[in-house]
Amino acid sequence: MNAPIIEGLFSVDAAEPVLLGSRCSACGTYYFPKQSNYCRNPDCDSERFDEVPLSRSGTLWSFTNACYQPPAPYVAEEPFEPYAIAAVKLEREQMIVLGQVVKGVGVDDLAAGMTMRLVLEDVPGVDGERVTWKWQPVEGA
Amino acid sequence: MSNNEIAILGVGMHPWGKWGKNFVEYGVAAARSALQDAGVPWRDVRFVSGGGTVRCGYPGYVAGATFAQALGWQGAEVNTSYAACASGSQALAAARAKILSGACDVALVVGADTTPKGFLKPADGERPDDPDWVRFRLGITNPTYFALYARRRMEVYGDTPADFAAVKVKNAAHGFTNPNARYKRKFSAEDVAASAMVADPLRLMDICATSDGGAAMIVSSLDYARKIGKGDAPRIAAISTVTPTFASELVEMPDIATDSAVAAEARPFRAALPAKAYEEAGIGPEDISLAEVYDLSTALELDWIEDLQLCARGEAAALTRAGETSVGGRIPINASGGLACFGEAVPAQALAQVCELTWQLRGQAGERQVAGAKVGITANQGLFGHGSSVIVKA
Ligand SMILES: [Zn+2]
Repeated sequence: MNAPIIEGLFSVDAAEPVLLGSRCSACGTYYFPKQSNYCRNPDCDSERFDEVPLSRSGTLWSFTNACYQPPAPYVAEEPFEPYAIAAVKLEREQMIVLGQVVKGVGVDDLAAGMTMRLVLEDVPGVDGERVTWKWQPVEGA
Repeated sequence: MSNNEIAILGVGMHPWGKWGKNFVEYGVAAARSALQDAGVPWRDVRFVSGGGTVRCGYPGYVAGATFAQALGWQGAEVNTSYAACASGSQALAAARAKILSGACDVALVVGADTTPKGFLKPADGERPDDPDWVRFRLGITNPTYFALYARRRMEVYGDTPADFAAVKVKNAAHGFTNPNARYKRKFSAEDVAASAMVADPLRLMDICATSDGGAAMIVSSLDYARKIGKGDAPRIAAISTVTPTFASELVEMPDIATDSAVAAEARPFRAALPAKAYEEAGIGPEDISLAEVYDLSTALELDWIEDLQLCARGEAAALTRAGETSVGGRIPINASGGLACFGEAVPAQALAQVCELTWQLRGQAGERQVAGAKVGITANQGLFGHGSSVIVKA
């Protein structure tokens, strides 16, 4: 398994990959990326957080794609291939998380409300292959 | 609540464009034009409030003091406000506070920007603690966010790309005769549909550009306005610069996730901005004659119309199709041409919106004049939880 595209954001576990968040031990608010210093809930002054894996699946809130190659620090495939981007709502966390959609799935294949699942996919890095999280539509869901 | 009001004695702008000059030139041109419009001598201005921008980590690059020096230091107090797209409104709020406290009678509020060439991108280096770096590394650019909101409208309300294109066509027709607009060309729905797809469903012509420009205004106490024979000048009735309320419901640039709404209800940010302005002015959406809203994308203008409560949720596209948001319609939106015709000049843009309302309420907007305009409202939102809404009354 390749190294993650960004350290600490997700587990590099091919079978059960998850995003790594944190949860306020006082009010239960989730954070992604992790928050470990202060809780942003105005009614909570907790400074204690537990690291937690986020739900691996959620419902598609909205989606788009990138038709043009983003600037650095994005590392694009050669030649550049447009990719879809999903905004997925996680039920337990009551949070919307962004991410690319797996290769081969475009905006025409997507509709709000679809169940999406987190998977890992290899992507180019500045010095060789990296791995990142992507959202994949769940067939028959 | 007339005891909270201040008068707009004069407004001025340097035309938007890509002029390749220093931002100070734009600000000085706008300020001189506003001074002339107000008929107020520069030495009578006792507070200079500048909309600031931060570029490449150098705060104060665009500062009140810079403009004060360029116009000729005469010992006025200065202030610089940074609030992303709402910088101009915060600079205006600082001037209002100074005037209402009695600390000065007349203030200059000014914002200007020179936009760098090419796409906005993060600073170099490996910075995984910087959310801006993280999202670019993941391939999430600025148009991604606008496109997610636009697609959400399609999924929830049944809006179409043609609805979004209609906003561009309308704004292009509005800005066509505006001397301060950068793009003075009429476009058809076919032109929009033929432009390149950037972030589905948004095409190149659905997304606003970045521009150089400058905007300024001279504001004063109502007493001072009356004293110089301008007691009937348009008045600022409200300036809202509220933050979001946790848990903010939308994923906002540059974040890759929303707040979690486990411990607190998810709340909209955009709609909170005009809500506070209405409350402050003691009026409601039914009193509004026209609005200048931040059309970073065509679809976003439709969101704003609903956030301003000018129609029910999901009905902004139908309102636009019916011509009601055009000059001559029930509630003209972006009579200036909006960002579609200007392109964004961040520290100047919120002030440019107020300049347009001022011309409209004075009946000086030429071919884009909204007949009988009495009350106007602005709305904008930018990075880091900044946004503003200003109400101007005739
Ligand atoms: Zn908490």
